[in-house]
Amino acid sequence: MNKQTKKNVGISVYLFFVLLPIYWLLNMSFKSNEEILGALTLWPESFTFDNYAVIFTDPTWYMGYVNSMTYVMMNMAITLVVALPAAYAFSRYRFIGDKHLFFWLLTNRMAPPAVFLLPFFQLYSSVGLFDTHLAVALAHCLFSVPLAVWILEGFMSGVPREIDETAYIDGYSFHKFFIKIFIPMIGSGIGVTAFFTFMFSWVELLLARTLTSVEAKPIAAIMTRTSGATGIDWGVLAAAGVLTIIPGLLVVWFVRNHVAKGFALGRV
Amino acid sequence: MSLSLQNVSLIADSEYYIDNANLTLESGSFNVLLGRTLAGKTSLMRLMAGLDKPTEGRVMMNGVDVTGVSVQKRNISMVYQQFINYPSWTVFENIASPLRLEKLAESEIIRRVHETAEMLHIEDFLQRRPLELSGGQQQRTAMARALVKDASLILFDEPLVNLDYKLREELRQEIRELLKARNSLAVYATTEPSEALALGGTTTLLHEGRIIQSGVSSEVFRFPVNIDAAGLFSEPPINLIPGFVSESEMTFDEFVHFPLNQDLRGFKPGAYVCGVRPSHIGLVPHADDDLEISVRVEVAEISGSETFLHVKNDHCSLVLQLSGVHEYRIDTPIKVYLPTHKLFMFGLNGTTLQAPGRLHKGA
Repeated sequence: MNKQTKKNVGISVYLFFVLLPIYWLLNMSFKSNEEILGALTLWPESFTFDNYAVIFTDPTWYMGYVNSMTYVMMNMAITLVVALPAAYAFSRYRFIGDKHLFFWLLTNRMAPPAVFLLPFFQLYSSVGLFDTHLAVALAHCLFSVPLAVWILEGFMSGVPREIDETAYIDGYSFHKFFIKIFIPMIGSGIGVTAFFTFMFSWVELLLARTLTSVEAKPIAAIMTRTSGATGIDWGVLAAAGVLTIIPGLLVVWFVRNHVAKGFALGRV
Repeated sequence: MSLSLQNVSLIADSEYYIDNANLTLESGSFNVLLGRTLAGKTSLMRLMAGLDKPTEGRVMMNGVDVTGVSVQKRNISMVYQQFINYPSWTVFENIASPLRLEKLAESEIIRRVHETAEMLHIEDFLQRRPLELSGGQQQRTAMARALVKDASLILFDEPLVNLDYKLREELRQEIRELLKARNSLAVYATTEPSEALALGGTTTLLHEGRIIQSGVSSEVFRFPVNIDAAGLFSEPPINLIPGFVSESEMTFDEFVHFPLNQDLRGFKPGAYVCGVRPSHIGLVPHADDDLEISVRVEVAEISGSETFLHVKNDHCSLVLQLSGVHEYRIDTPIKVYLPTHKLFMFGLNGTTLQAPGRLHKGA
């Protein structure tokens, strides 16, 4: 066996183990509960879309996706609107304590979300934000804004300052320059930032579940409904799981060419 | 338009970047700003442009104080050392960008962009993006953007440094031609004395944040006001030898003597610094009063058409600029001939007391 084949075998084994649970989830979502609980089958013997039908016809189910998507989108929008000017300031200006402030931002991410659970719950309840999409979006901002500023600052520092000045010399006002020239130049950075923000907000469960009850309940919390007095509805749970993976998959597909740069925070 | 700086200083972190600069540039003139790296050329240009605000002093344009006026309102343009273009736009849009903001008619924009692009020979690349072009073409794009609008002040901050030698000469010539045709004030920063001379116009010498001399380029070259100016405006740098004048003769560190000639007769006895241009020293005597000095070869830099010969003896080290190729082994003893009638005389404080061809009284 030569070296190349050895390598291929290694990677195949790795991929097999990584993809096995995902395959099993997909497999289960097309099976009936009887088949899932019955003898081991490697693919659905009695192929069925019933599990998906349950989700797409029951508002309490599909509204979970709508709720999740809503607060994720809100979070992405707020994060970008807040982080873009902040990152620009960090990359272009020197002010007292700028480096400390920049590092302090990142330390926000080091605290576990659970620490902020009680304060958020108390605060949002008292100002009437409890059980709204905005509540979850704002709570998630605490974690996504620092990361966004960090990533965007890297991308922005890669743009020579002379470009800003050339634009001013051409006659652009700051706002026009920022929107017409600067933002397109760091487009991939914004894409990567949006990706990371999405990923965090989409998979975060603790804050999202605690700050909502009915109106803005995220899909991950709704999934727990499958466990009832009659046992667990395995098929529907699996179908819901598959549908949860898909948005992430789509986002990864769109930003796949920029992600490596994003992991280096633009400093490549 | 005329531009004048009045007692302008720029201080940052309690360090003088520009120290009390006074300078007036006339309308339609071509001005070279010559100084070494970190001399403050870019700082001075940024002050002229209005990108930075001076800590002290005033910037006047046409007699109007524009010290705090933002760069957007000043009608200037600037070309940087790096090739600065908007990478996501086509070359056409890059050049058109200042015109778009003037809200000109589309047909007028197209006409002017094409006209400028033709002058700079980039008319074939208008639909490409800047990063798909070569370095020279990118810089031409940046220049086209600077020239397309009728800026009253055009600043070139070492625009040719990042280009290869041939391209540099070609573009330098073009810049000069293009600017002759218009009535705008141009400022061109460079580190190379030869570039300042080739461009003509006036030259301002900048040394460690201070303007040390300003005037017509050839005049400044021939009559530097002090040692710094002479050193700055000479490549390779001017040779300096400590000299001592007595009643009847001149001594270099007590190793060679020569009788005072007509130029030097006016000098009082005492210590001076003598300067002689590398191109004035020869390997054969040219005149009767040439001074013969025995030296050893340190290194010969051969650059094709010219040779820079570094020589040394116990008392002084000299550089000779010779035309043609001259090969020497290290430590070869040779004789060089120093023209005593082409000596610069500097006082010990550095001021020029005499330059060949003109007397500066006051010795």
